[in-house]
Amino acid sequence: MSKRIVGPEIERLIQLLAKVPGLGPRSARRAALHLIKKKEQLLGPLTVAMGDALDTVRVCSTCGNVDTSDPCTICTDPRRDEATIIVVEDVADLWALERAGAMNARYHVLGGTLSPLDGVGPDDLNIRSLVDRVARGGVNELILAVNATVEGQTTAHYITDQLDGLGVKITRLAHGVPVGGELDYLDEGTLSAALKARTVF
Amino acid sequence: MEWRDEGIIIGSRRHGETSLILEVMTRAHGRHMGIVRGGRSRRMQPVLQAGNRVDLVWRARLDEHMGQFQVEPIEQNAARLLASGAAIYALQTLAAHLRLLPERDPHGPLFETLAIIIAHLDDPRAAAELLVRFELLVLDELGFGLDLSCCAATGSLQELAYVSPKSGRAVSRAAGEPWRDRLLPLPAFLTAGPGLRGDERALDDAFRLTGFFFERHVYEPRGLEPPETRAGFLSALKRSWRDVPPSRPSELAS
Repeated sequence: MSKRIVGPEIERLIQLLAKVPGLGPRSARRAALHLIKKKEQLLGPLTVAMGDALDTVRVCSTCGNVDTSDPCTICTDPRRDEATIIVVEDVADLWALERAGAMNARYHVLGGTLSPLDGVGPDDLNIRSLVDRVARGGVNELILAVNATVEGQTTAHYITDQLDGLGVKITRLAHGVPVGGELDYLDEGTLSAALKARTVF
Repeated sequence: MEWRDEGIIIGSRRHGETSLILEVMTRAHGRHMGIVRGGRSRRMQPVLQAGNRVDLVWRARLDEHMGQFQVEPIEQNAARLLASGAAIYALQTLAAHLRLLPERDPHGPLFETLAIIIAHLDDPRAAAELLVRFELLVLDELGFGLDLSCCAATGSLQELAYVSPKSGRAVSRAAGEPWRDRLLPLPAFLTAGPGLRGDERALDDAFRLTGFFFERHVYEPRGLEPPETRAGFLSALKRSWRDVPPSRPSELAS
């Protein structure tokens, strides 16, 4: 049996940090030690920030985004185009698109993709609320910004079927060569998709 | 433990931050799962999509372990199929049917048929005919095969027009006429060989036929729901008839 070198409180902190994506037991130990060393400047404020987040974070009842208010900041922003909704799989995708800052639109977060292997069906996703949102009117375009995977595209086709007859324009993201991508290193599928979706130069 | 085989990817799920659990239909080892280390990398993700044909090396310490796959692409079909709703639905339906089979149980004919269907998924009507034959084959492999070779009542080989919902055997038009309301229609293209193609009604009847026996022998006893993607494929097929008029009958390899 190995000897304990720290108290149970620190051990618990390390165990919890190790569950954070990107951290393993070793890096969690480093992070915990750093927090303990910077107790006043980092550990204290972090504890308060995490407590506040725990108390206030909620899921937006309109779009499924996470924020500290319901409806979320994006849904209540009057400068955003209400007639365009970007459908994303996850909040991380929403944040990625917001970092790009290419569209000033509203969002709808599905909460995953249809995945028979994981047992995720249409009822487990935020699809019903999307259909209701579009049916209420005022939406001209729905951009399906789901991943270019078979599961992502199955979800996109399923949503398109559900919205059939509601008179909304449905678009999807282009598939092709990424910025900085060298053709020699791209897979055949991406190359053929890029060639099919070529544009006039 | 180690083997090498050819496989067609039918599904995957995330495992940890960098790996994937891959589900493949292999030629000699049936439906098989395995971990792909680094499967969520940018280089590997396009390869590990459903529908792709891959060369697999499976390694594990013991046979009952899940084991690890080493994957090399042979034919990358997924990107070609992503844009077509019918193709994607058909692909997911094929995967759902294969999941009805026990793992690691070899089904060579299903692997061969799967490869042929994936090559034809671009054309919804050709895919529909092949999918219906695949469903008949799956029923057969599960032990609930239909006997469409001759009439159950008279032994006749001609004009087989119905299937008995009780026995799953074909019935000729003449013998089945008095009970036609209780029998399931048997489309001619299922018994006439590869030369005849099915029209909209024939395909509709064919899917109703296989759907009936799947429900009775598989879904109901196992407490399962039919895959939603099958209904999605049938809707996409209906749309294909509406959007593009039927083409000239042509030869189709079955």
